[in-house]
Amino acid sequence: MTPLPEPSTTAAPPRPASRPGFVRREWLPIILFVLLALLPFAAMLGPEKYTLSLVTRVMIFALAAISLDLILGYGALVSFGHAAFLGIGGYAVGILAAHGFQDAALQVPVALLASGLFALLTGAISLRTKGVYFIMITLAFGQMAFFFAISLSAYGGDDGLTLASRSKLFGLSWLENDRFFYALVLALLIGCYALTRAIVASRFGRVIRGAKENPVRMEAVGFSPFRYQLAVYVISGMICGLAGVLLANQAEFVAPAYMAWQRSGELIVMVILGGLGSLHGAIIGAAAFLLLEEILSGYTEHWKLIFGPFLVLVVLFARGGLLGILAKVRGKSGGGR
Amino acid sequence: MTLSLFLVQTLNGLQFGILLFFIAAGLTLVFGVMDFINLAHGVQYMIGAYLAAMFTALTGNFFFGLMLALPSALLFGLLLEFLIFRHLYARDHLDQVLATFGIIIFLNQAVKVVWGAAPLSVPVPEILSGTVVLMDGLLYPVYRLALIGSGLAIALILYILVSYTRIGMLVRAGATNAPMVSALGVDISRLFMVVFGFGAMLAGFAGAMVAPILSVEPGMGDNLLILTFVVIVIGGIGSIRGAFIAALLVGLVDTLGRIFGPFLLRLIMDPSAASQTGRALAPMLIYILMAAVLFFRPAGLFPVRK
Repeated sequence: MTPLPEPSTTAAPPRPASRPGFVRREWLPIILFVLLALLPFAAMLGPEKYTLSLVTRVMIFALAAISLDLILGYGALVSFGHAAFLGIGGYAVGILAAHGFQDAALQVPVALLASGLFALLTGAISLRTKGVYFIMITLAFGQMAFFFAISLSAYGGDDGLTLASRSKLFGLSWLENDRFFYALVLALLIGCYALTRAIVASRFGRVIRGAKENPVRMEAVGFSPFRYQLAVYVISGMICGLAGVLLANQAEFVAPAYMAWQRSGELIVMVILGGLGSLHGAIIGAAAFLLLEEILSGYTEHWKLIFGPFLVLVVLFARGGLLGILAKVRGKSGGGR
Repeated sequence: MTLSLFLVQTLNGLQFGILLFFIAAGLTLVFGVMDFINLAHGVQYMIGAYLAAMFTALTGNFFFGLMLALPSALLFGLLLEFLIFRHLYARDHLDQVLATFGIIIFLNQAVKVVWGAAPLSVPVPEILSGTVVLMDGLLYPVYRLALIGSGLAIALILYILVSYTRIGMLVRAGATNAPMVSALGVDISRLFMVVFGFGAMLAGFAGAMVAPILSVEPGMGDNLLILTFVVIVIGGIGSIRGAFIAALLVGLVDTLGRIFGPFLLRLIMDPSAASQTGRALAPMLIYILMAAVLFFRPAGLFPVRK
């Protein structure tokens, strides 16, 4: 078991860097967010619309990956059906919009409520099982949601549902502006990152992490892991549902494919690729996954021939994902993973 | 809704279940004995189908094609084991998921490059191409009957292998406690390789056998892989007997659900809506089945005692 890194929010004020020029690990998320905030200005120099839409998509998946990392990295709860929440968030937007309710002020609460309820129901059943069986039962619920979405023939069935426009924000169509949408997604990403950071650092989060290391001991000291795990599962599902709302708005389209098991697998891959249990690793993983896909597919239609072996090599030679490589490059032995 | 339709669909369900069993048998052993999550098991099925298609086209005879495809699928599985998988046995499950996911992505694309993106078809061998009359007004293709027959034969052979031979005993012991088997002086890495190669060949055999009745295309193993995981989880990981029963159960529930689901829904909905909703909802049945099984028996129907 690798020791979990101290979360940055509880860390003492940054110690003076012992080796100037070396980036301290705690700064990484801040650098990431600053870069993301500066990007729209750089994007004005090039194909702005393309860049903004690509990076917006990256941030939305980063949000979903963070929600998964919260339960996967800190609670060892491998949810193989997490894409269901993307779909639930997306369909909340799509279905409400189809009935004329286009305002995010209604759509977002409905999406959060629906994903929270789904997480509560499925989590209460799934958390009875452990390990591989948990993986498979979450997959089962994900697949049920997938096939249920296909059966919604009134809302496009297999083909999905095209949105007439992006959601309104209190009656205003600000989301149609790509720059505004970018800023909103970034703000939500930072907000959810801070929220999950705080959760992980809190007493609640310590119970979750304790239950991951040794559930029996947690019970011996008087905590019932089940309730805590269920609560964090619901929180994770709601954050992922929010990502689904954003994804539907970004693509202006929802389809059952949002919930396919491959999508759930991709989310897991993003989290592991970036580096498990660090939250910003999930952002890096999502960015690496989607950008590599985008860049490689620009060069050759057979980009998967490169991407597949890349994943294998990361596993074989870079323990701890891309963050692990970063730590190695910095030559720090105490850098956590 | 007639009796003959019910019988035909039951046979189809059995045949699908047997197909699932071929793949699940290898997967459950690899999982149970080596504690290794191999998502790439589905692509081994796909490779088997492609190899059969290629060798059948080359030799002009399905049986020669099958004879050549089987050892090739075995070799291919062993090659993957040697190059990648054996470095992953000691890793945690998530590393295995990531690496084997990478292999799926690679191989699904690689078959497109080698054999083209268009689906290949394999003609049903002449000798098995007819239909037989099972009862009045009930015709059934000989090939599908042969598939069911070969499946039952292989299940029997596997049962004897696992229950009554030395290697089978080691496999069962390995599924219960691999480190202890190793401590008793058994070359566990060779045992792993045997189990792995055998599993790969069985998956390849399944692919080769369905090549004449399904189209051979990239990604054909992906959805089947998930169903296979459902099967081994319902059956209990590491249990061949559990895999066999669960495979037939899943095959029957899935096939019959697709046919009778819409029929039952028609009682409460108008016919066109019922058939569409029923078709879409039927695939949910097996996942509901799995969730229910895990709810009442969290380690599957036939848990291997640890």
